Amino acid sequence: MEPSHQVTSALLLMLSLRNGKGSTLFSLHGHGYLGQNHHGRGLFVTREHVHSQEDHDEKSHKGNEEPNCLGKDEYIDNATLVQSYRQDVRYFDFHIVYSASYRVPVLYFRTYSSDGQPLLLEDIEKELPGNSTNVLMESKWTFITQEEHPYLNRPWYKLHPCGTSEWMKLLFLTDPSLGGSQGVPVELYLSSWISMVGQAVGLKVPLEMFNKRKE
Amino acid sequence: MDVEAMGREAQKYVWEGAIPLQIHLHESEVTTLPHPSPALVLAPRMGYLPLLLPLLKPHFSSTLPPGVDTIWFEYKGLPLKWHIPTGVLFDLLCAEQERPWNLTVHFRGYPGNILTPCEGEDSVKWSFINSLKEAAYIVNGNCKNVMNMSQSDQVELWHSVLNGNMETYQRVSSKLKLEKVGDQYVGKPNSNLLKSRTNTGETDTGGPVKTDKCFTLRDAVKALLPELFVEKTLIDEEIPRIELEEESRAPSDDESNTRNEEDVEEKQGENVECCCPSDDAETKLKLVRIQGIEPKLEIPFSWVVNNLMNPEHFLHICVFVKVPQAKPLPHDR
Repeated sequence: MEPSHQVTSALLLMLSLRNGKGSTLFSLHGHGYLGQNHHGRGLFVTREHVHSQEDHDEKSHKGNEEPNCLGKDEYIDNATLVQSYRQDVRYFDFHIVYSASYRVPVLYFRTYSSDGQPLLLEDIEKELPGNSTNVLMESKWTFITQEEHPYLNRPWYKLHPCGTSEWMKLLFLTDPSLGGSQGVPVELYLSSWISMVGQAVGLKVPLEMFNKRKE
Repeated sequence: MDVEAMGREAQKYVWEGAIPLQIHLHESEVTTLPHPSPALVLAPRMGYLPLLLPLLKPHFSSTLPPGVDTIWFEYKGLPLKWHIPTGVLFDLLCAEQERPWNLTVHFRGYPGNILTPCEGEDSVKWSFINSLKEAAYIVNGNCKNVMNMSQSDQVELWHSVLNGNMETYQRVSSKLKLEKVGDQYVGKPNSNLLKSRTNTGETDTGGPVKTDKCFTLRDAVKALLPELFVEKTLIDEEIPRIELEEESRAPSDDESNTRNEEDVEEKQGENVECCCPSDDAETKLKLVRIQGIEPKLEIPFSWVVNNLMNPEHFLHICVFVKVPQAKPLPHDR
C-alpha cells in the first residue's frame, strides 16, 4: 500500500536525521527517520518549515513539490522549494531527551530564522498550525517552558513532562492489544508519544510508521 | 548531643550560611566618573543571585545607562546560571573559596543565547517551585502535593526561602509530607542483608546492625560517578579535548535527590575525564563539597541528604576531579 503523500506533505514536514551516526530506530520510507545518537540517550529530528510571508495557507505550498529525479515521490528536496520562494525560512530543531526524574521522553525544541536569529515563543505560536495552538491551550498536560537543554547547556523550549506518564498510561489502557504484562516496546511507545506531543508543535507522524509495526 | 540535635544544628548552620560578595558593575555600563565602588553584599547560600537586585540597584542606579534592567552576573567571564542557588555556584566555581567572592554584575545586554530569560523574582520563584515539583515527583511518583498547596502556603513557603527563615520553611514544607530519607544499608549481595536481619543470634546493641554496611556519602558518589572509582586503569592514548569553558569549571556538579532507594540514578558529571595511567582508585576524586562543607565520605548518606539539602529538596553535591594534563598533540601538516 503506497504511503499517503498528502499526510506529511501538507505541512512540508521532513523528519530527517541530523547526522549520519548511529543506528536507525525505525525508518519512515524515505520521509526521513528518527535515529539514535551515539550516547543512546537522545533522538533528534530536524524540521524545516518554509513560511511564506504573503500567504499563511499551508496548502499553497503543495503546488511546488517536485518529485525527485529518482522517481520516488516521498522525498522532498527542501532546497528546491527555498529557491522558488523569496521568503523567511524558519528552522526548528527538535530533540527528544529522556528525563531521569520523570522517567519519560521530553521534547525540546528551538527555532530560528535563516540568519540564526532565535524566535520568541509568541512568534512561534503564530507559526504553528492552528490545531497545535488549540492543543496547547486546551490541554492541561502540555505547556511550553524555556529551560536549559540538559546536554547542550543552552536555552531551549521544552514541552513540560509532568503530565506525560499519565496520558501515556491512558493511551495504552484503551487498547488491550498494546503492551500487556511485558510492557510496551520502545518503538511503539515513542511513536505513540510523538504522535501526541507532536500535535502541540505541529509535527505529524505518517501512518505507515504504525502500519509497519503490524507486519 | 544526639544525632538528631546535631542534624538540626547543621540545618540551622546551613540556612544561615551566606557568601560575602564583592560585586563590580561591568565597565561597559559605567557612565560616570569616578567609577562606582563595588557593592558588598552578604548573599544567602540558599538564595539566588537575581534576588539581590533590590540591594544592588540603588548602589549603581546613578551610573547606569538609560534602559530597561535585565540583571545578570558573571564570574571570570562565565555568565552565571541564575536558577542555581548562590551557595552551589560558589562551591562549584570557586575551588579556593575566595572571600569575598568577586562577581561582575550587568544590568544590560542579557545573553539570551546562553542564559534562559529571568524576569525578576517571579522567574526565580517559578524555577524553585518547578524544582520542588520535580523532587516531589521523584520521591512520590507524582507532584500532587506541591500542585495542591494552597495559595497562601505557596506564598509563605517562597517567602521563607526569600528571607532565609528556616522555621517557617520547615513548618510549611512539612505539609508536603516529603518523607525524610531513612537510614539505608547495603550489604554486598542483597542476600547478606536479609540474612543479618533475620539473624537472631546476633547481639544487638541497638542502632544499625553491625554486619550491615551503612550507605555512605562515598557510596552515593560512587553510584553516581562510577568512572571516578575505576579499579583497573586503562592506558588511553587519546586525551579527550576539554573545552575551555569546562576547564574553568573543573569541578563537576551533580544533583542528587532525596529518593529513598539504593540504586541511585546515574547522572554524568560535566567533566568525565579519561583514566589517568597508574593512578589508584580514588585519587581522581579530589574533593566533595556540599553547602561549603567538605564532609567525610564515611558519613551516612541519609544524614547528608536530610540535613544538607536545599529548600527545593535537592541535594547539590559539588565534586572536584583530577583532569589529566593535555599533552601537546603532534601537529598535522
